[in-house]
Formats: sequence, C-alpha cells, structure tokens
Amino acid sequence: MKYSLKHLEELEAEAIYVLREVYAQFENPVILFSGGKDSITVTHLAKKAFWPAKIPFSLLHVDTGHNFPEAIEFRDRLVESLGARLIVGSVQQSIDEGRVLEEKGLNASRNILQTTTLLDTIEKHQIDCAIGGGRRDEEKARAKERFFSHRDEFGQWDPKNQRPELWNLFNGKKNMGEHFRVFPISNWTEMDVWEYIMDQEIEIPSIYFAHEREVVKRQNSWLPYSEFLQLKPGEEVMRKTVRFRTLGDITITGGIESNATTLEQVVAEVAAARETERGNRADDKRSETAMEDRKKEGYF
Amino acid sequence: MHNQQQTELLRFTTAGSVDDGKSTLIGRLLYDSKSIFEDQLEAVKLSSRKKGLEHVELALLTDGLRDEREQGITIDVAYRYFATPRRKFIIADTPGHIQYTRNMVTGATTANLALILVDARHGMIEQTCRHSIIASLLQIPHLILCVNKMDLVDYSEEVYDQVVRNFRSFASKLDIKDLRFIPISALHGDNVVSKSKNMPWYEGPSLLYTLETIHIGSDHNFIDCRFPVQTVIRPHSVDYPDYRGYAGRVSGGIFKPGDEVMVLPSGFQSKIQSIDTCDGAVSEAFPPMSVTIRLEDDIDVSRGDMIVRVNNRPQLTQDIDFMMCWLHHLPPRPRAKYIVRHTTNEAKAIIKEVQYKMDINTLHRNTQDKNLGMNDIARVRMRTTHPLLIDPYRKNRNTGSLILIDEATNETVAAGMII
Ligand SMILES: Nc1nc2c(ncn2[C@@H]2O[C@H](COP(=O)(O)OP(=O)(O)OP(=O)(O)O)[C@@H](O)[C@H]2O)c(=O)[nH]1
Ligand SMILES: [Mg+2]
Repeated sequence: MKYSLKHLEELEAEAIYVLREVYAQFENPVILFSGGKDSITVTHLAKKAFWPAKIPFSLLHVDTGHNFPEAIEFRDRLVESLGARLIVGSVQQSIDEGRVLEEKGLNASRNILQTTTLLDTIEKHQIDCAIGGGRRDEEKARAKERFFSHRDEFGQWDPKNQRPELWNLFNGKKNMGEHFRVFPISNWTEMDVWEYIMDQEIEIPSIYFAHEREVVKRQNSWLPYSEFLQLKPGEEVMRKTVRFRTLGDITITGGIESNATTLEQVVAEVAAARETERGNRADDKRSETAMEDRKKEGYF
Repeated sequence: MHNQQQTELLRFTTAGSVDDGKSTLIGRLLYDSKSIFEDQLEAVKLSSRKKGLEHVELALLTDGLRDEREQGITIDVAYRYFATPRRKFIIADTPGHIQYTRNMVTGATTANLALILVDARHGMIEQTCRHSIIASLLQIPHLILCVNKMDLVDYSEEVYDQVVRNFRSFASKLDIKDLRFIPISALHGDNVVSKSKNMPWYEGPSLLYTLETIHIGSDHNFIDCRFPVQTVIRPHSVDYPDYRGYAGRVSGGIFKPGDEVMVLPSGFQSKIQSIDTCDGAVSEAFPPMSVTIRLEDDIDVSRGDMIVRVNNRPQLTQDIDFMMCWLHHLPPRPRAKYIVRHTTNEAKAIIKEVQYKMDINTLHRNTQDKNLGMNDIARVRMRTTHPLLIDPYRKNRNTGSLILIDEATNETVAAGMII
C-alpha cells in the first residue's frame, strides 16, 4: 500500500501536529525537560516541527538537586546546541525558602517536593502551557490523560471531570492563572520511543547504557550510590554493571543489571522485559494510586 | 524514516452499556496476547484479593482511577497499547455509564473500529443503541458486535442468534459500512485470542484475528486535497533569511510539488514550490502527514486558511447544518454564542435552529420536543461570524468535524458532524 504511514511515522506526524497546535494556541509554552529519554524525544520532535526555525519553546528543568551528574551535563550540552532558553526551578531553593519541608528518614525523596517547585516556576514565569513527555502506557493514571490537559489555578488535575477531547480539535482555552499540560507523545509506548531514538539516531545520556557503577541493592533493584543516599543497616555498596530504563531523581531510580551497551541491545532488552519501566521507581510504589494522587496535586 | 520493520497502526474503541464487560475484554486481550507486565499483573491480583474476589478482575488493568476501582465502573477513557507481529493497536476503553457518554465520544472520535459489547443475558439496551448511533454518526468504518458473557447463557447459539437478529434490524437504519458479530466470554477468554471449544457452532474467526486482518487502508480521503494551515514558519535566520513555509497536517488528498493550488478564503492562486520536512523535501504528501508547504508566490497566508486544488474546493459558508452530540450537563442556552472550532479555524456561532432531536431507541426524528439536554443527539443549524471552509463529514472526517466551546466556561460542550 503506497499511501499509508508506518506506525512510527504516524506517531511522529501526530506529535508534530500537537506541538504546532501548542505554538498556535498558547502565549508562553515550555517543554518540561528532565533529561530523560521521553523529554529528549519531545524536544527532538519540536525541532522537527518548526524546522528550519528554532524551537519556539523554552526548556524548563525542575532540579531536585539529586541528579545523575550525566543528566545535567547532557542537559547543558543540548540546550547549548539548540540555542534555547533554559529555565531551572530549584527544589533546594523551595526548601531554603520554606515553601516545602524536606522528607526525613531512609526512604526520603525529593520527588513529591518537585510539584511545589514546578507550580511556583510556572506561576513566576507566567507559563501557560507545559509540554511533557508523559506517555499513557507508563502508568494507569497516565492512561487517562488527554493530549491537552487542563490545570486549574492551583495547578490541579481533575481526572473525574476532564474536558471531552474530540478528534484532533484541541481546546486550549482557559482563564487567567490556569494552565495546560500537553503530552505530544501520549500514544507512544516505551518500545516506540526506543525504536524512534534508534531510527533517528537521537543522542541520550549515557546512564541508559550498561556501565559500571556503585550501587546498593534495595527492594529488588539497584539504587545508584550517591552522596544523597542514606544507607540502611546491612546495606552495602557494590560495583555492578547496570543500566537505567527511566531517568528520575537519583535517590529513587533503580537500575537493572545489563550488558546492553548499544541501542540495538537496549531495544532487544526492552522487548524481552517482563516488568514495566516504572517497576523500579520507588515513588510509584507508595500506594495503589500514588501517581493519580500526585498528578491531582499538579505533578508532571 | 529508515526502519523497514514497522507495522500498521489500528485505533479502536470499546462501546456498550455499563457492566457489559468492555474493560474486562480489553484486560483479557492484553493478558492473552502477553502484553501485561509482571508487576502490573501482580498489582491487579493484589487489588482483586483486597476486593475479596476469587478471580482476577481484569478490568482493573484499565480502570486506573481511584474512583473507578472503588466503584467498579469506568469513568474516563483509558488508552492502552499492544502489538502483535502483524499490527500495532491503540485501544480506547470507554465508559458505558450514561453520565460519562462524553468520554465515550472522546474515545470514539479517533477510532477506526469499534467493539460494541452486549451482555448476552440482556441483549440490546438503551446505551447499546446510543453508542451504536454515535459510532455510526462518527462514521467509524468498522463495527464488531461482541455478544459477551456467553458463559452465563450456556454458550447458547439461540441466544446469540437472537441478539444478532435484533442488532441487525436496528443497525439497518444506521449507516454502518462494515458490521461483524462474535460471541465471546471476556472473563474466560472464549473467542478472544483463540477460538473457543465451547462454541463449536460459531464458524467465524477470533476477535484478535479479526483485529489483525481487517482491511484499514482506505480510511482516509485521498481524493479531495485539503491542507489547513496551522502556523507559518519564518526562521529569519542567516541560513534561511527568506524562508516562508505553511505548516500543517494533510487533511485530505495528495499534494505534490508543482501542483496548482488555491489558498482559501482569499482565493489567491499559486503553485507548490516544495513540500518540506526536517528530513528533507518529499515528492508527495498525503493524510495524515505533517509537513510544511512552500508556495511559489509571496501571498498572505495565515493560520485558519486552507490550501486546496483550484478545481476542488470545500464549501465556504456561514450557515452550517450538522448532527450534534450535546455533551454538557447544562443545556444549550437560547441564542447563546459559542466558539466553534473547525480545522485550525475558529469563529463565534449561534445555534439558530434545532431541526429535530433523535429518539435513541426508535431512531425517530422528533420535531415536537426540541429541548436538548446532556447526551442528546440532534440536527441543528448554526450561523457563524465568518465563513468556514467545510466538507460533509461523510466525505472527510477532518474537514467535516467541529466542536463548540462555551465562551463563559471554556468547556467543550458539543461535537458536530457536518451534513
Ligand atoms: N461471567 C462473566 N462475567 C463477565 C464477563 N465479562 C465481564 N464480566 C464481569 O462483568 C463485570 C463488569 O465488567 P467490566 O469489564 O467492568 O464492564 P464495563 O463494560 O467495562 O463497564 P463500564 O466501563 O463501567 O461501562 C465484572 O465484574 C466482570 O468480571 C464474561 O464474559 N462473563
Ligand atoms: Mg469499563
């Protein structure tokens, strides 16, 4: 059949269409950039959508201060090469200013604190649309997201009362102080993203490939050892060859043992995986509806 | 793109009344096609046990919201994905409850195929009719009626035949291009992925086999060239000082460089100089490609304009007749102004006249009672502040669809299919 698109081409066309709608419908949109493969993919799509013009969006990074050093280095290089503006919302600053309280204890994480920093940054910079790399296949609450997802003046998501989203006619209308989250790769699976990265030869941070690292075994996964990790009694630091399937806060992103050093090998591993990519994220394990609860508050 | 191993994409939706087994069916389909990850399955097993159930409640794989899990119903669409060596699938699992019909419409507008579920014990009920009408108005090209819970009627051929007969007679009054029937048990998996031994009398294929093989090539309009402009790309850069391209998604027809085209509504004519993408210029652009078109002449083109072929134009009009699904709990206010969004264009509009309201059960056109409420389907006439470039929905789903937005609340209140 000559006039039909293969699935990645169709997903790409859809994402580009969504990004162009964002540009047309909002005043001050940003890309939520974590340095992970999904936000890198969205950034790559934005580059394609407006070529030969520059990306018309700033990049917003909510910095927990607990980063993989590789991710920060990658972020700065990408921003530089795009000639884009980088906005950093600092969780440390939110803590210092008393906007949030740092969690205590062995399982402490700054994950939840990000929401306040994100919403404060959105307000401060009068951002009316935050483009995210969220995908519906990631998690069961994310599976309920619209492409154009409304947030009220408190940044809250109301999953029981979402606007209908009909055909590809996106309604980005809102009152002052409200904003939208837009998810151009809603319909992509983890596998689609990897295949696309391979096809397009998109550069991604080195932590996605197998490398030797100091790690600690916790709850069936390998947590990277860093100055931010408090060891529990009996836990010991080991050197292992690991790789990460997602990139989050370094204190909660578990790695898997792997020898996959090329994209081909990573894709083969993803295809054979028996657990979801978020299976190793401690933030999702806190309760059955942990993601929904965080998203309602304004989380990514 | 270089990758040659990619496959085709089929988008489908579920429909049918509450508790008829839609989410269970999707769960079953995902489970039996080995698309469920171990941690997801563990989580669902745990939740089922917590609920005191003996079986694994497969619906929990898609019913992801707290309220859905507590109430055991679907509230909003869940999108799920799976692939077989033959195809990639995007599933929209929609709610059956009448209160959430707007979410069913949301899932159905982008589908190429709908699975309509019926509980074999109850047969067709009002929501089955409503969803079937919506599917037909939306011109979903393929409908499969799944007669579910066959395990509860002893896998009886007679029961199945009776449901099929009733549905056929109802569907004969609708506009459905391709209609098929399958007896299933979503809970036990009969005829879902493989053929059931419990129903030797059923000679057709399993549901998954049907989904993998149904022909979906011609679901776009490749005849009438339509290119709604989303935005204008002007880099003003050293490398591209004078570049001026019109970015958009092809909504119909096949565009080629050198084509004589017209820009509407202005009516200026020009030729396509090139069709650009970031990966290089292409020799053809067809739906649903996203591209950037450059014209030979410098004419004024902006968002909301449409590039078409000189001898094949959409209708330019301020008076639009369409079938409307009203989706908001507050009824339309008399003489109220709405914002109409159509392709990349927007105007203000007034609903001038309700021509008739449709009776969901009998398909009768009610010209007496024209009061519209939530979930009503009606034929209406609307007047817009400026002309829109429209096609009948039957001819083109992209240029034939519109939504109404309430100016006061910014809510999307109606879906429209242009006649
Ligand atoms: N015996 C039997 N029970 C079934 C079958 N399919 C579904 N059920 C049960 O019917 C109940 C409702 O199923 P759901 O899948 O939640 O129904 P639904 O159509 O998704 O409902 P809504 O989304 O709320 O409209 C559940 O308890 C299922 O276990 C079947 O084939 N046989
Ligand atoms: Mg359901």
